[in-house]
Amino acid sequence: MKCKGRAWKFGDNINTDEIIAARYLNTFDEKELGAHCMEDIDPEFPKKIARGDIIVAGKNFGCGSSREHAPIAIKGCGISCVVAESFARIFYRNAINIGLPILASREAPALIGAQDLLEIDLAQGRIINQANGSRYATDTFPPFMQEIVDCGGLIAWVKKRRLQRA
Amino acid sequence: MAKTITEKIFSAHAGGARASAGDFVYAAVDIALGNDITAPIAIDQFEKMGAKTVFDRDKVVLVPDHFLPAKDIKSAMQAKILRDFARRQKITHYYEVGRMGIEHALLPERGMVSPGKLIIGADSHTCTYGALAAFATGVGSTDLAAAWATGGCWFKVPETVRFVFRGKLNRWVSGKDLILYTIGQIGVDGALYKAMEFCGPVIERLSMDERLTMANMAIEAGGKSGIIAPDEITFEFIEQTRRRLAAETGAGKLKKAGAVSAEERKRWSALASDADAVYEQVYEFDVTALEPLVALPHLPSNVKPVSRLKKMRVDQVVIGSCTNGRISDLRVAAKILKGKKVHPEVRCIIFPATQAIYRQAMQEGLLDIFVSAHAVVSTPTCGPCLGGHMGILAKGERAIATTNRNFVGRMGHAESEVCLSGPAVAAASAITGRITHPDAVIEPAGVG
Repeated sequence: MKCKGRAWKFGDNINTDEIIAARYLNTFDEKELGAHCMEDIDPEFPKKIARGDIIVAGKNFGCGSSREHAPIAIKGCGISCVVAESFARIFYRNAINIGLPILASREAPALIGAQDLLEIDLAQGRIINQANGSRYATDTFPPFMQEIVDCGGLIAWVKKRRLQRA
Repeated sequence: MAKTITEKIFSAHAGGARASAGDFVYAAVDIALGNDITAPIAIDQFEKMGAKTVFDRDKVVLVPDHFLPAKDIKSAMQAKILRDFARRQKITHYYEVGRMGIEHALLPERGMVSPGKLIIGADSHTCTYGALAAFATGVGSTDLAAAWATGGCWFKVPETVRFVFRGKLNRWVSGKDLILYTIGQIGVDGALYKAMEFCGPVIERLSMDERLTMANMAIEAGGKSGIIAPDEITFEFIEQTRRRLAAETGAGKLKKAGAVSAEERKRWSALASDADAVYEQVYEFDVTALEPLVALPHLPSNVKPVSRLKKMRVDQVVIGSCTNGRISDLRVAAKILKGKKVHPEVRCIIFPATQAIYRQAMQEGLLDIFVSAHAVVSTPTCGPCLGGHMGILAKGERAIATTNRNFVGRMGHAESEVCLSGPAVAAASAITGRITHPDAVIEPAGVG
């Protein structure tokens, strides 16, 4: 699977309250949540981005609550992938479980500029910056997690596991 | 091979596998918890998985504590999804309004948490239960759904970071200050993916309520869990809980119902980390000089001693939450507010974490002290802590709260601020209208 889009840059410790504020947690509709994604940092964010664009952030992205509404909101507003220096634990699991592509890269976030056009090959874990031709290394998923990623999320993984057991 | 308490708990739940830090395991869970925010997604995912019945109706716990009593129609609809699911699946531990409390105060109080259990919850503060030597961690809704369907969850067994606390605590310094201090030292991702094990002479003397406060905020340092080895304080808490529950149902001889058996004592004591267990890191803190702390906006790691804060006005004071809404927290607040009045320009909102705590506070006369001081006392809810309802901040307002997060917009408007503290500082600040050391409003101990 490949993603292509412009980079939207964020700093360190972007938390789940910023990704989707609690006042919107009375629903889990993807579109509705997407319309409020990143609202308390940039109220115009969902309107500014184009479908397929990419969030590029610093360390500990998604820290805070366990709300799965956070990766759902990111997906719902049209973001195709999140690249960060590191991810908070629960967000990391949630993104993998619902099939929101995420990549951890120690080097990429500092080297990518705002609005750079990025092309990401998820299977290869490769980021190409079309603004300057640079390529960035990303962390590979441990084999166990790659299996869930390959299934497209935890639901499909559980279904497969149940079939294998039956 | 020597093991940490966390490795021992995983080994016991991973089908006989020897679980060591770094291993991926599929482990059986003893409790799989959800609330009115997270469970509706889990129920949706559960159905998408093609699952029909939950793995064990006694091990699924549903607590509608975030937006209930329902704050609006959408919240009412979400709560109904939960309620209908609980009835359909005949869930034993569903807690309706009137029995409901803030989940992380409620589960220990209802005797559901004991040493060695493996607990997941679709709420990040599930790590609270580590105070009772359970391995407990927050997950998302889809993980919760998978656990309901299969009885298990995948984990990477975490490395452990050990925190040893030495010294003697000053007056007004509590478990909240110890955890704020820790987060201030290591940062909000200082324990990312790790189990945080709290120990040392200070922890050995710390009450269970304060231990729960400490484990509760492990997530605020990025931790996967917070955990404290079981000891006499743990056993005493469990015995008291059993006695109270037995008294409620009028079952059996109360004394016998309460006792922790010799077998339990032996089994639970053996959970403690082995002397030569491997830690990723060990921190040694001497906390003798520690004074009450405040975490300033917008990160829980932005910690300052209260005496260094000058003229920080507050518009609202919130005392409660899964972090500090237990009876001992309310007693501290009452001690400070007794015979005094909340500053006329301040709203002081106090919310006991559960119905049992509410009732106890009523019986002890604490509620009378609060209401006489012009504070309001709320039904148990997570509401104000996460900016849900029951105390939302306007643009430009500041609150001091005994809650756990002070992120941008956490309690309301994106341009409002939250400062975090223990109940003593929060109550003192309610009286003066600015962030205040408790000594400034109450006579020193032993005088007068």
